[in-house]
Amino acid sequence: MNNDTVLAARGLRKDYGKGEALVRAVDGVDLDASQGETVAVMGPSGCGKSTLLHILGGLDRPTDGEVWLADRRIDRLGERDLARMRRTDVGFVFQAFHLMDELTAVENVELSALLAGHAARVARRRATDLLERVGLADRAGFLPSALSGGQRQRVAIARALSNEPLVVLADEPTGNLDSASTLDVLQLFEDLHEAGQTLVVVTHDARIAATADRLITMRDGAFIDETRLTGGTTGRLGDLAGMDG
Amino acid sequence: MTWPEWMVETVGRVRLVARLAARDLRRRPAEAALLLVTIVAATTTLTLGLIVRELVGDPYQSTRGATAGPDVVAVMAPPPGETPGQPSGQPTDIAALEDLTEADSVVSHSGPYPAAGAELEAKGQTGQTVDVQVIGRDTTPASVDRPELTQGGWVQESGVVIEAAFADAKGVTVGDQITLNGQPFDVAGIAVTAASSPYPKATCYSACAFDATPDELSEVPTWVLREPGLVWVTRSDALGLASEPDSMPYVLYLQLEDPDEAREFVNTHGPRDFSVPGLLVWQDILEESSYLVRDAQRVFLLGSGLLSLMAMATVAVLVVGRMADQSRRVGLLKAVGGTPRLVAAVLLAEYVAVALLAALVGLTLGWLAAPLLTEPSVGLLGAAAPSLSLYTIGVVTGVALVVAVIATFVPAVRAARSSTVVALSDTAHAPRRTNWLIAISSRLPTPLLLALRTLGRRPRRVVFSILGIAVTVSGPVAAVAGYAQLDEQLAAGGSRAESVERLLPVLMVIMATLVALAAVNAVFVTWATVLDTRHASAVARALGATPQQVSAGLATAQILPALAGAILGVPGGIGLLFATDDNVPSLPPFWQFAAVVLVAVVLIALLTAMPARSGGRRPVVEILQSERG
Repeated sequence: MNNDTVLAARGLRKDYGKGEALVRAVDGVDLDASQGETVAVMGPSGCGKSTLLHILGGLDRPTDGEVWLADRRIDRLGERDLARMRRTDVGFVFQAFHLMDELTAVENVELSALLAGHAARVARRRATDLLERVGLADRAGFLPSALSGGQRQRVAIARALSNEPLVVLADEPTGNLDSASTLDVLQLFEDLHEAGQTLVVVTHDARIAATADRLITMRDGAFIDETRLTGGTTGRLGDLAGMDG
Repeated sequence: MTWPEWMVETVGRVRLVARLAARDLRRRPAEAALLLVTIVAATTTLTLGLIVRELVGDPYQSTRGATAGPDVVAVMAPPPGETPGQPSGQPTDIAALEDLTEADSVVSHSGPYPAAGAELEAKGQTGQTVDVQVIGRDTTPASVDRPELTQGGWVQESGVVIEAAFADAKGVTVGDQITLNGQPFDVAGIAVTAASSPYPKATCYSACAFDATPDELSEVPTWVLREPGLVWVTRSDALGLASEPDSMPYVLYLQLEDPDEAREFVNTHGPRDFSVPGLLVWQDILEESSYLVRDAQRVFLLGSGLLSLMAMATVAVLVVGRMADQSRRVGLLKAVGGTPRLVAAVLLAEYVAVALLAALVGLTLGWLAAPLLTEPSVGLLGAAAPSLSLYTIGVVTGVALVVAVIATFVPAVRAARSSTVVALSDTAHAPRRTNWLIAISSRLPTPLLLALRTLGRRPRRVVFSILGIAVTVSGPVAAVAGYAQLDEQLAAGGSRAESVERLLPVLMVIMATLVALAAVNAVFVTWATVLDTRHASAVARALGATPQQVSAGLATAQILPALAGAILGVPGGIGLLFATDDNVPSLPPFWQFAAVVLVAVVLIALLTAMPARSGGRRPVVEILQSERG
């Protein structure tokens, strides 16, 4: 691991079932994500991408192997410590958004900060700033049901950034979005990249993958290819994706 | 034979509704069973309350038939003296009694018989005397009121017959020796009569005190009899026991042409002053004979009221929970052509079917249990023969249906009228947004934040939970508030103590049923909440809430309504006591009510701990992957 490695995995394995029914979702994965780096993981459905992401974020536990976040081994942490780690060090973006239906956009965004113990006023101010950053300041008081898919995902991204995490883990962030909304989200990731946010993105979308610093291809639970891309480091994600207008 | 088309269509529709309703009930057997048990608890108690009253009539009527019981008992007291209640020493106007026998509607009579107050001391109980009324009877059988001997023989010189309930209470049997006012007598027999209600409510022919506490009894004048027993002696013995043989009460038993005209007879010949006899009709004696049953009936009706409310709250919670689950099914039904009316009919049919079954089970259980709880007094003949009148069947079935329909009608109609697309997308039961709760909760620690937001998602469920707990707690609160009175009555002994002792187990069973239903309700509501909030809980955990915080939030979401309900149950219970008892003692200290509230809340906390803990530890990834927004 380099000194600037934020997130690392060694010999990661995840099995489901036993005997003949055993399924190896993740099979001996090693990964390093450096500070400010964007890593894209691509592969067919069921190849273990999402499982890997969940393990990296402490939502799931590996059968074997190690996960390190900011020089701290997290795969052996108890549920309580994992939860605390998720509060401050990890931001999740899900394909299905997973917003609370009964909370407005700003309330959804501030929830992470409230759970992290920030004062209500501080959490609200930060949520309002983040919504402005994702271009939804005028939608702060809207319920998710009144927002488009792209707007919902931008709210989810704002929520993921609420506690200034070390790493943002995005699981198919454009999987439920139309082209225009995908562009919005790409633009946001570009902004995050420029701001030095470490990102690990699991995706089917080649346009997103093409914007990363590194592209990892996964099949049957294992990494089969890794490509270092030049474009990603320039921060011109949108250009590379061919979606600048 | 060809059936008309409309009939075929109707039968087909009914069969379809029945089949769909039955399948849905079978799909969730635990909920259906809980629904059934809840309504059965209410219908059983109600059945007991309604038929228990009818039960006592049978033994009394049997006794009346076997003993040629009088329709009217006439009592002529000696002229009063200057001191109220005390005789003047003037002779009793027996002729005034005899005049009654000449009345047109009187077909038969016996007496007048002399009656005297005396003190009885049983063998082996030296110094312990009890008050009795002795009635001087002929040694030959009378035409009206022939006490039925359950042991021994009829009165003879120095041989007395003791009323059965009194003999039972005092442990006196045939052959025992007793003293009356110090004079020795043998117990020749034990008998029952319909001319007096059984001990300790024996019909009184002079001044008597009943249901008095020891303090009250100490203030009663010595010439007043204290809960007297009834003893038959010969005429000469009765006269021998009286301090003033010429100035003692006389009793006359009358049979009328039509017993149902007894009250009219009293209205015509009833007392205007001390110069005419006092009259008592057989219905009054029946009423006095059934005081135990009256108390039991009050307890059952009260209990069934509480249980019905509890059942309604439980059914409402179940229905609201099921409707959320059924919205997709409703969508499917409508998508394949089901009309809103058909959908509503299917949903209502489920609960109506359960209610009808619960009414049937409740009627049966109540009918079977009634004799166990109201065994006839030893002072009456014949076993209790419970019967279900059409009135009872109608009321019990009606209450069961009302409980089910009130709780299900609105959700069923709403589900039926919902848009097919919305129902299919399963967003028909999106959580509610409660602005003020969300605003307040953002300033609170995480478990409270999660709890208040959980409560705000389903306000109706919260209301039903509060109602359920309030109803449950009001029972024990009423018991605590009335305990001082019960305790006093138990300590005082006598008839009230017997009544209390007999009813305490019944009260306990009703309380236990209420508490059991509330417990099941609490666990069910917590599970429903865990399932309903599984997505929100998973998101909260993904955002950094610990399993302990989520569990604490879920548990607190049950405890807060429980606390509100328990607090509401205090005035509810006190109100209940005042509404059902005219003689409410001063209320116990506040800490006793606070203890009831505390115990209720702690119990709810314990009951909900397990499902709440489980809810906080459900696998996050699994839930997030299964719930696509």
